[in-house]
Amino acid sequence: MRYVFDIEGGNFDKAGQASSEIKKVMKQLGIEPAIIKRTVIALYEAEVNIVAHAYRGTLDAVVFEDRIVLRLCDVGPGIEDIAKAKEKGYSTASPAVREMGFGAGMGLYNMEKNADVLRISSEVGQGTVVEIVNYLNNRHS
Amino acid sequence: MESRFHHALKIQTEVCTGCSRCMMSCPTQAIRVRKGKAVLLDERCVDCGECYRVCPVGAIIIEQDDFNRIFEYRCRVALLPAVMIGQVPDSIPAQQIFSVLLELGFTQVFEVEKGVSLLHQVILDHQRQQGIAKPLISSFCPAIIRLIQVKFPALVDHILPLKPPLEVAALNIRRQLSVDGLADHQIGIFYVTPCAAKIASVKSPADGNPSPINGIINMNYLYNKVLRKAIQGNDESCMLPDHSTVVPADLIWSLTKGESSRVAGRAVAVDGIHHVISFLERVENDEMDDVDYLELRACDESCAGGVLLTGDRFLTVERLHNHMQELSARDIPDTAAKDTWHAFQDEIGGQLGINRIEPRPVQQLSSDRTIAMEKLQRIRELMKILPGVDCGACGTPDCQTLAEDIVRDMGSVNQCIFIQRRFEEQGIMDASESIQIMKSIWGDEKIKG
Repeated sequence: MRYVFDIEGGNFDKAGQASSEIKKVMKQLGIEPAIIKRTVIALYEAEVNIVAHAYRGTLDAVVFEDRIVLRLCDVGPGIEDIAKAKEKGYSTASPAVREMGFGAGMGLYNMEKNADVLRISSEVGQGTVVEIVNYLNNRHS
Repeated sequence: MESRFHHALKIQTEVCTGCSRCMMSCPTQAIRVRKGKAVLLDERCVDCGECYRVCPVGAIIIEQDDFNRIFEYRCRVALLPAVMIGQVPDSIPAQQIFSVLLELGFTQVFEVEKGVSLLHQVILDHQRQQGIAKPLISSFCPAIIRLIQVKFPALVDHILPLKPPLEVAALNIRRQLSVDGLADHQIGIFYVTPCAAKIASVKSPADGNPSPINGIINMNYLYNKVLRKAIQGNDESCMLPDHSTVVPADLIWSLTKGESSRVAGRAVAVDGIHHVISFLERVENDEMDDVDYLELRACDESCAGGVLLTGDRFLTVERLHNHMQELSARDIPDTAAKDTWHAFQDEIGGQLGINRIEPRPVQQLSSDRTIAMEKLQRIRELMKILPGVDCGACGTPDCQTLAEDIVRDMGSVNQCIFIQRRFEEQGIMDASESIQIMKSIWGDEKIKG
């Protein structure tokens, strides 16, 4: 089953809407609460990253019986050094964004912690593609 | 449908007019209208009492124990929350409320807030532990605990694993009375409740452990007795409430911010069940990882807004703050409280924990993932044809819930008046059929020919 959402860069009012929809779907599928929690935390971070940094993006979520694949593509500044961006506390967020409670530099770190598979590819000046795969059965987590 | 929860809220079918106000206000979509009457879905109801508030004909009642049950016990204790005292005008002193309880047949009256000072320290100790889930969610409000069980199952591990003040108070009363030589079966503790959720939590505790409370008196029952007595001016028998061990700040624990202002770290207070639901959505996204403690209360203005309170909630809050200040001005040495605390901690301090609260998710469409996915797909398709106006004419609170009911075999797409018109136009359904369907939802009376 496939769900596609547009994510608007710079609009924090709507940050989290896609995550909430996916959360609802996972609850309806009766997925283990701990797995829902991990997935939503990782997805929310990815969604907020687009809102905070990119111009626009999409979430393409595909739910399989055994796994959920979340692909977030954005048009934006891209990430220069992905390995560094994954470090705990690393952030390029502006003070204004930090003021709003975002950009503490835990984004990619949290994403990695809560995703079974995390693939990030990016081209500076073009955009970023984040792919999160979480397995939906207990034995994987 | 299997009932997993005990509910204190009951719909009196013979009184219900099927107006659907309760269905539209229910925060967990637990009510439908069938044959012109509201029907409660047991597994979804969290006993918040929103339906009770909006019912215009008093068809929703809150069950109460037979009052005479108190006489089954030699020692009959009324456990009284501060909001009862706060909701009556200042001209009615607390003593008068106490004396009414004694006249009714109780042998002693204890204030619930005495349980707070005993609990407060244990909460602070718990907060110091390493590795606890953050934010901690207070276990004070039983409607919130049930809400988390059914709607936010991923957050059950955030619930503070400690008994609420009323149970702590009841445990302490049992301890004190057993020191006085009474056997456990001779002690009957009856809680004067401001809400339905606390009744449900006493009758079927969320953690599965039996409650130390024997029965329930609804607060409006007591309020009526107190007011009548005050108006009739008969107040010969008075008993001074023993305030000596109530810490002033504990008096407002049951009010909004009464708890959050006393715990360690960053604490946030949210009241009103609809506010709590949107807040918990954010907690689930891990947006609150720098908040240490959440005081979440189902009622607006917390217990001062309890459904069984008759007095105005805002005045109740104001009066209790005044009472607290008067109590602080008295400057009573707190040695008595400390003695009680030490004795309590030694004897039953270890009993304050609760068992793990298990999630009871209601959103799951099927335990079989393949079937659940098929149903989810059907919901998406149904949402494309349903009008999305959430009119409730189908006897279901909104289009999304109707779609979910349909895939759960609890409803039919024909219930939708928009679909009916479409079917009529296409010749699939005739007017008499759609009238028949509407009668099955709203009853014959409302759709007379």
